Amino acid sequence: MGEISHDMSITLHMLKNGEEATIQTIPSGECSRRLEALGLRAGKKIRKVSGMPFKGPVTLILEGRQIAIGNRISRRITVFPIS
Amino acid sequence: MHCSNPKNKDTYKDMDNAGKILLVGNPNVGKSAIFTRLTGVHAISSNYPGTTIGFLEGRLECGNSAYRLIDVPGAYTLDPTNEAEEVASRIVDEGAECAIVVIDATALERNLYLAFQVLERGLPVIIALNMVDETRHKGIDIDVVKLESMLGVPVIPTVAVTGQGIKEIFDSIPKAETGKLPMLSKENRWARIGEIVENVQTVTHRHHSLRDKVEDLSVDPVWGAILGIIVLASSFYVIRQLGEGLINHLLDPLFNTLWVPALEFMSDTLINIPVIHQLVIGTLFQGSIDLEQSFGLLSTGLYVPIVMVLPYVISFYAVLSFLEDTGYLPRLAIIFDSLMHRLGLHGFAIVPALLGLGCNVPGILATRVLESPRERFIAATLISVAVPCAGLQAMILGILGDYGLSYILIVYATMVISWVVIGRLLHLFLHGYSPELIIEIPSYRMPSINAFSMKLWFRTRGFLMEAIPLVLAGILIVNVAYSTGIINYIAILLAPVFNGLLGLPVEAAGPIILGLLRKDVAMGMLVSIDMSPTQLVVATVTLAMTFPCIATFIVLGKELGIKRLIGSLMIMIVSALTAGTLLRLIMSLHL
Repeated sequence: MGEISHDMSITLHMLKNGEEATIQTIPSGECSRRLEALGLRAGKKIRKVSGMPFKGPVTLILEGRQIAIGNRISRRITVFPIS
Repeated sequence: MHCSNPKNKDTYKDMDNAGKILLVGNPNVGKSAIFTRLTGVHAISSNYPGTTIGFLEGRLECGNSAYRLIDVPGAYTLDPTNEAEEVASRIVDEGAECAIVVIDATALERNLYLAFQVLERGLPVIIALNMVDETRHKGIDIDVVKLESMLGVPVIPTVAVTGQGIKEIFDSIPKAETGKLPMLSKENRWARIGEIVENVQTVTHRHHSLRDKVEDLSVDPVWGAILGIIVLASSFYVIRQLGEGLINHLLDPLFNTLWVPALEFMSDTLINIPVIHQLVIGTLFQGSIDLEQSFGLLSTGLYVPIVMVLPYVISFYAVLSFLEDTGYLPRLAIIFDSLMHRLGLHGFAIVPALLGLGCNVPGILATRVLESPRERFIAATLISVAVPCAGLQAMILGILGDYGLSYILIVYATMVISWVVIGRLLHLFLHGYSPELIIEIPSYRMPSINAFSMKLWFRTRGFLMEAIPLVLAGILIVNVAYSTGIINYIAILLAPVFNGLLGLPVEAAGPIILGLLRKDVAMGMLVSIDMSPTQLVVATVTLAMTFPCIATFIVLGKELGIKRLIGSLMIMIVSALTAGTLLRLIMSLHL
C-alpha cells in the first residue's frame, strides 16, 4: 500500500511506465463518455504499462484489463501517482 | 420445463409470430459464441471490438415456443458513444420479451453498468456470466448466489466456448425477471454497482503470469515494435509458404490430372466451331492449351480463381483469423497509431487495411468502425489505391516471381510508400477531425478450433461464390472486347499516356483498362505481352493503383456516396499515373 500525495497530480502522459496512480479528472467532451464506459472514472486505480514513442498511445491496466488511449487524450487526464 | 438444444432448422413458418429475445453485452464478451450455441446458426466470433456492427438474427427454440434471437451490437453503454452503441440503444428501446445480458466475469463492474441500463428500461433479464474459466486465471471469485439475490434476476455462469451453462440458459428463459430498477443517474448507478461488486467479488493477488508479461511486452515501445515486425514477417512468410504449397502440391496437380483431359477432349471436339472453341477453351499456343493464357471460360476462367488465387485466399485468411482470434490485432493498432495519425487515421485503421489485403471489399466495409466521415474517406481511398487484394498479389507473386524477388519487392515497396504519401497528403489537405484511439485490449487467448475453422470456411466460401462468377464474366467481356476491336480504339486513344508517360507498349492499355473488371485476370493478360521486367513492374503498379475492380467500385460507391466516390477515383487515377511514371524514371536510371 502506498501513500497518495495530493499535491502532486500529473497527466497520465507524464506518468512513468510501470507506475500506479489514481485517476483525478477525466476530460469533458466527446471522449468522456467512452472513457467512462470503459470504466475510467475519478478515483479508479490504474497502472501505466507503456507510452509509445512518436506521440503514440498510452497503454494502462484498469482492474486487470488493458486499455489503450490516444496520446492527446492522455495529456488531458490527470492522475495522482501512488508512491 | 426442459428445453432441448435445437438442431432442426426446417420450419420457419412461426418466424413472424415469434417473440423477440435480445442478446446484449459489451464488445468482446463472447456474445457471438453464445449466439451460436443458442440458435445453431453459425456466427463469426473474433477477439477484437468493432466486428459486430451489423446484427445477427437467429431462431431460438425453447420447448414449444420459437423466438427470434437478436445479437445486438456490442455496447459498453446505452448512452451511445459510437454508431454500434446507437444501434444497440435503439434495438433495446424497441423492447423484447426478454434480454440475455452477457457479462464478462473478469470485468464485473464495467459489465454491470450495461446490465443496469437494460434493467432500468424495464426488460426482463437473464444474466449469462461468461468466461468464468478466465476468473480462475485472474484470481477472481464471484459469489453467484449472492449476485442473483442482490440483482433479483437469474445469473448463470457460462463458458460459451465449451458450452457449459448453455442448457441452463434455455431453462431460465421463462424465468427472466425485470429487477424492478428505476432509471438511475450515472453516479447512483456506479454507486449501486460498486456496492454489489464489493459484496460479491473477491480478488486474490496472483503472480504476474507469463501471459501478463507477454501482454505488457507487446505494447512496450521497443519490444512491441520488435514483436510486431516478427509477427508481420512471419505472417507474410506463412502466407507465402502455405499458398505456394497448396498450389504446387495440391491444386495444380489436381487441376491437371482431373480437368485438363476433359478440356483437351472438349478442345478436339469443338475445334470445328471456332467461336465456341474460343469462348470455352480459348487460344491454343502451339496446338495445346495454356492454362494461364488461353483465356477460355473453362480453361483460364477456372484455373485463375481455383488454382492461382484460392490458395492465397485460404492462407491469407487463415493467418488473419489466427491473429484476430488470439487478440494480437489491437496491439498492432497501438504500434501503428502514431503513424496512422499522420495520415489522418488512428491505429485501428490498420484492421481495414489488413482486411483489404485479402479483398478490398471487406476492407472498405470495415472502415465503418472508424468514427468520422473524413477518416472513412481516407481509409477507404487508401485501401482502393494502395492495398492490392490477394487475387492480384497471387498473380504478382506468380508472374513477377519468374523474373526475380527484387521485382516483387519493388512493387510492394511502391504500394507501401504510396499508401503513406497519399495518406499524408490527404490528411494535410482534407478538413475535419480525426478522433483519438480509445480501445480495450482483450487478453491473449488460444483460438478455438471451431470458431477458427468456421470463420475460415465462411471467408473462403464467400470468396469462391463471388469471385468465380466475376472472373468468368470478366473473361467473357475480355473476349468480346478483343474480338470486336473496342479495346484497340481505347488503346489508341490512351496511347500518349501509356506509351509516353509510362513507357509501356500500346497493347498494355487493354489489360490495365480491363482491370476495371478484375485485377487478377487483367494481370494474367499482361503476361502475354512482350515487355521488359521494368515495363512489367510499371504496368503492374499502374494496374494495382488505378481504378478499382468492379466489386470494389460498387462497395466504394455505397460507402462514400457519388460525390466522394468521384473524388476518390480521381485521386486513384492521378496517383497511379504519378507512381507509374516516377517508377519508370527511377528504374531506368538504375538499369
